Amino acid sequence: MSEQVALTGNEVMSQAMRQINPDVVAAYPITPQTAIVQTFSQFVNDGDVDTEFVPTESEHSAMSATVGASASGARAMTATAANGLALMWEVLYIASGTRLPIVMPVVNRALSGPINIHCDHSDAMGARDSGWIQLYAENAQEAYDNAIQAVKISENKDVMLPTMVNMDGFIISHAVENLNLLADEDVQDFVGEYHAENPLLDSENPVTVGPLDLQDFYFEHKMQQAVAAENVKDVVLEVAEEYEELSGREYGLFEEYKLDDAEVAVVALGSTTGTAKTAVDNLRENGVKAGLSKIRLYRPFPAEEIAEALADLEAVAVMDRAETFSTTGGPVFADVRAALYDMGADVEAVNYIYGLGGRDLKVEEIESVYKDLEEIVETNTVEDRVQHLGVRE
Amino acid sequence: MVDKAMYEGNRETAWCPGCGNFPLRQVLVDALADLDLKPSQVAMFTGIGQAPKMPHYMKVNGFNGLHGRALPPALGMRVANKDMKVIVETGDGNAYGEGGNHLLHNIRRNPDLAHFVHDNQIYGLTKGQASPTTGEEIETAVQPNGITAQPLNPIKLAVSMEASFVARGFVGNRDHLKMLMQEALKHRGYALIDILQPCVSFNKVNTYQWYAKRVYEIGEEYDPTNYDAAMKKAEEWGDDIPLGIIYKNEDKAIFHDKLPQVDDKPLVEKESTPQDKEYLLKEFK
Ligand SMILES: Cc1ncc(C[n+]2csc(CCOP(=O)(O)OP(=O)(O)O)c2C)c(N)n1
Ligand code: SF4
Ligand SMILES: [Mg+2]
Repeated sequence: MSEQVALTGNEVMSQAMRQINPDVVAAYPITPQTAIVQTFSQFVNDGDVDTEFVPTESEHSAMSATVGASASGARAMTATAANGLALMWEVLYIASGTRLPIVMPVVNRALSGPINIHCDHSDAMGARDSGWIQLYAENAQEAYDNAIQAVKISENKDVMLPTMVNMDGFIISHAVENLNLLADEDVQDFVGEYHAENPLLDSENPVTVGPLDLQDFYFEHKMQQAVAAENVKDVVLEVAEEYEELSGREYGLFEEYKLDDAEVAVVALGSTTGTAKTAVDNLRENGVKAGLSKIRLYRPFPAEEIAEALADLEAVAVMDRAETFSTTGGPVFADVRAALYDMGADVEAVNYIYGLGGRDLKVEEIESVYKDLEEIVETNTVEDRVQHLGVRE
Repeated sequence: MVDKAMYEGNRETAWCPGCGNFPLRQVLVDALADLDLKPSQVAMFTGIGQAPKMPHYMKVNGFNGLHGRALPPALGMRVANKDMKVIVETGDGNAYGEGGNHLLHNIRRNPDLAHFVHDNQIYGLTKGQASPTTGEEIETAVQPNGITAQPLNPIKLAVSMEASFVARGFVGNRDHLKMLMQEALKHRGYALIDILQPCVSFNKVNTYQWYAKRVYEIGEEYDPTNYDAAMKKAEEWGDDIPLGIIYKNEDKAIFHDKLPQVDDKPLVEKESTPQDKEYLLKEFK
């Protein structure tokens, strides 16, 4: 049973949270995320969920309260964006290091300064090494589906890591889309009840969470975390299979769009992949063998699988909606290039940084990227390894 | 006399028509110009919110930083240049919520700056969630059942910490607010004014009428240097809301007094003569 509705990304994310029915939600308002929590708090008020809702005085406190709730054995969620995520930073590591399966929608927005409220990925990319799983979505449907699957991925005993469910600010969060909602019972059955292994509130088996961990065991605990990250890929695929049975919608680590016979391709994540698909279709009509790889699971990074999917290309352009200021390109580029290197694949890889602070990226601009790739293949030379696309000179 | 027009910005504001920030800006310009301060002598520090948009809408040296974090950079500026008038302009959310910790430690340090809190008892910019000063009876979109936390009384907090200048103003009493601002600007030390500023879009309880019915100006007989009296005055809220200087302590040392290495000259005017310090290296020879 599912239902067709027209909702914004934020609205559908709050619906996902309603259906997940977490025990605790602690949050603080920030554009463009505010509407998720605001709508959700109405569900709390109307008795549609059994959630304890905690409005806090900052994101640091919101994440801390979520951590406390999760450590106590509750299914706990929060949501944020941009500087809110930045303010959570030290607590992000507590959540992942303490192995708490928190699920958090992040409505991607540019980090200050200067101040900007529009979409880019500088917020989430800044937290990419915090030990959180990161899922990205092309549209609101995917963001909704990712949120529900994230609960099951995070709470898997072989994983027990928190997940950020990313969704592009305004482009997805504020645009109305036709999409399918699952039935409430189906979501409830899918996510099941959460039973924490060592909850703080188990008075018969008292535990301490987060005590001092020095040279003797810290490293081993980090190693366990790294092993858990290794397990994520398989669990993501398992959960996706189960979700497909329920929803009819197929998910993987990444999506291959017309990549099979492609000679040139783009790798991207987030809403731009929708625009890129149109560019691929246009180019295909003109005989260009263009393809797209849309990354869904970015952390941990499915390096081998992605490199394999790209190995037969002649040239690939990686799109980054965040700067690293390393002068060697964006974060996704660094990962993809390293993956290709490991594979020993003979594929030229270049990088385009685009869309910072909400700068729109048009179909023609993505088409121009494919044109550049064709030229690279033809001339066998790369003039600019890293370029900024759509910026005024 | 400084011409007020010098302060007038040339950008359209994004404040709602009828917002209490308009009269507040007017009073601020009047207060500064009538103290004979030129825009170039004033530096304004803000965070993120409706109130913190102030430096966009008037001509002064402006620093627009992070939500809740206006005080720390202002302190830095104060240390670097003690000739500038440093004003911190924040909302109630900025000052008492996300930035609450900075407020406490700023009171302890007592730097020479004026802090004007536009207290609309709501988060205006993010469209109407409860701030630390929102009344318990108010329902908001995020708190549809009312507020579950006791509202903060910023005046009482500041007085209890013996902040060196604590006042309350209201944008509806303009001449009085101007006097308060000028006193705060002249005060040596940290001067906090909690300014009642109606948010006509998202706070439907604490309106102009609501405040106008309740506020009264404290009379001349009141002695703001009396701590016990001030603590008592600070308690008043509800049917009668006192406006004026609630507490003042001019004997308190200011941050600069405790930094003998920072003398009276702005850092920018100091000559750098590292060669004079060569003797320090001799020790290592
Ligand atoms: C770290 C961080 N969290 C949240 C926000 C979003 N935010 C911007 S302004 C604001 C509240 C502003 O309230 P207040 O300080 O009272 O100012 P007002 O808009 O009412 O003048 C919030 C929560 C932000 N900019 N940064
Ligand atoms: S939302 Fe409120 S505080 Fe902000 S500009 Fe409008 S009336 Fe003023
Ligand atoms: Mg406010």
